[in-house]
Amino acid sequence: MNLEFLINTLSLGSLYALLAVGLVLVYGILKLVNFAYGEYLMVAGYAIYLSAILGAPWWATLIIAVVASMLVSFFTEIAAFRPVRTKSMDALLVTSFAVSIFLQNIVLLTISPRARAVPLPDFFSKTVVISGATLPLRNLLVIGTTAVVLVLLSFLMKKTVLGMAMRAAADKFTTTRLMGVPANFVISAAFLISGFLAGVAGIFWVGRSGSVDPLTGAAPLLIAFIATVMGGMNSPIGAVVGGFVYGLLFNILSIALPASMISYRDAFMFAIVVLFLLFRPEGIIRRGYTEERVG
Amino acid sequence: MTTPMLKVDDIHASYGAVRALHGISLEVNEGEVVALLGINGAGKSTTLKSITGVLRPTSGSVTFLGEDITSRSPEKIVKRGISLVPEGREIFGALTVEENLRLGAFVSYQRDRYKADLKEMFELFPILEERFHQPGGLLSGGEQQMLAIARALMAHPKLLMLDEPSLGLSPAITDDVFALITSLRERGLTILLVEQNAERALEVVDKAYLLANGLVEVSGSAEDIKKQVDIASVYLGGEDAEGGEVQL
Repeated sequence: MNLEFLINTLSLGSLYALLAVGLVLVYGILKLVNFAYGEYLMVAGYAIYLSAILGAPWWATLIIAVVASMLVSFFTEIAAFRPVRTKSMDALLVTSFAVSIFLQNIVLLTISPRARAVPLPDFFSKTVVISGATLPLRNLLVIGTTAVVLVLLSFLMKKTVLGMAMRAAADKFTTTRLMGVPANFVISAAFLISGFLAGVAGIFWVGRSGSVDPLTGAAPLLIAFIATVMGGMNSPIGAVVGGFVYGLLFNILSIALPASMISYRDAFMFAIVVLFLLFRPEGIIRRGYTEERVG
Repeated sequence: MTTPMLKVDDIHASYGAVRALHGISLEVNEGEVVALLGINGAGKSTTLKSITGVLRPTSGSVTFLGEDITSRSPEKIVKRGISLVPEGREIFGALTVEENLRLGAFVSYQRDRYKADLKEMFELFPILEERFHQPGGLLSGGEQQMLAIARALMAHPKLLMLDEPSLGLSPAITDDVFALITSLRERGLTILLVEQNAERALEVVDKAYLLANGLVEVSGSAEDIKKQVDIASVYLGGEDAEGGEVQL
């Protein structure tokens, strides 16, 4: 395997893993596939665009992007999801579509329906040559950033009481409340972390095309959704694995398909996923234990 | 007469259109061990759910230590000092024994006290020390029941409620559970126990309420209830109550 392919696959996989983990964290607790998740990435893109116009230095635009994504995630939960949370799952799902369309239309009306250029620091478009392979620096950055974020997230989930409470809530929500853990607390935390991941992923997502438009969130949402379904909806680990597998499949298809077929890449992609799920509907990562033993 | 620690006054509750409680009233005094008896569907678990705030009663009130806690959220009620060992144990399977206990201490956590609390749990349940770093889901049913009780005790409850603690356990483990209830009682802990195994329950409690169809049918001291065993056996499934487990 050549180095270029390896790095490209790892970088694509990293980005998809970030996307997928953000989606699965909220799913784990609320059992809601948040279809507004893609819009949190879009918000990150517009936050860079707007803060750069206002003259913020590049590092500040990136911080603002992540914070904006977290805040939008946090407040959409409070304003939209919380009021319907106890009603029904269907209401939650429909609400997530409503939030998605609402956020798209806000930028459509207040900024523009057309794409806006997102100014990113120069090093995003630089390339480096490592043992003969020419690699975009951006690809190395996304691998490093994802590694750091996933290590931090894993520390949070395993070693802090908040993490324990979130894992418990994903397993048995009512029982977690019976421990005295406030429901709103874990849900808000999940949305904040989900927004953080969307913000970080959003920087790299818009960094690839260098632009953002109101529909920027659609593709990453779809990728995150498929990656989590493939990896297994039960755990963040499944989402990470799903993200990397998706990235690998995508790159293999990009190379293997003849030029005339390359525009059907997504169709091949989805066909493979459908076939895979036919044989293993629970995803790659199963739950590693049975819920209860009789004894 | 002192005011009761827990006073449930004429609560009605329903699951959607299905009415489950038709006016349950009961009292638990400090230091007392009280049983709620009755067959499946009598309203025992629903009564506990109404007390813990998991289910909102449609009418009636729950007073705990002089404070009206009706329809408070479960997390606030735990903070007031009522802990529930839920039916079916409800262990967090992916979390280790250690993490289960740490979450049990969520409302009571004090750095300097925590270690001592754990040590106390290990004395009560030596198996938990052995299994400390294992996922709760890998424990046997009996071990999970011990963990569920320890997890509830970590909150330093003033009132401990146990929902069917012997359900699905072998007779030997059931003996352990009842021995434990006796020892907790000796420590002065106030306990509200839901049991189908009425005979065993009546051995360890001061007072009992016999529920049927969402109403309190009979109540009184454990001795009184035992004397009315003819009436009671109707509700307790007759012969089945003699065995270790009630099959329904």
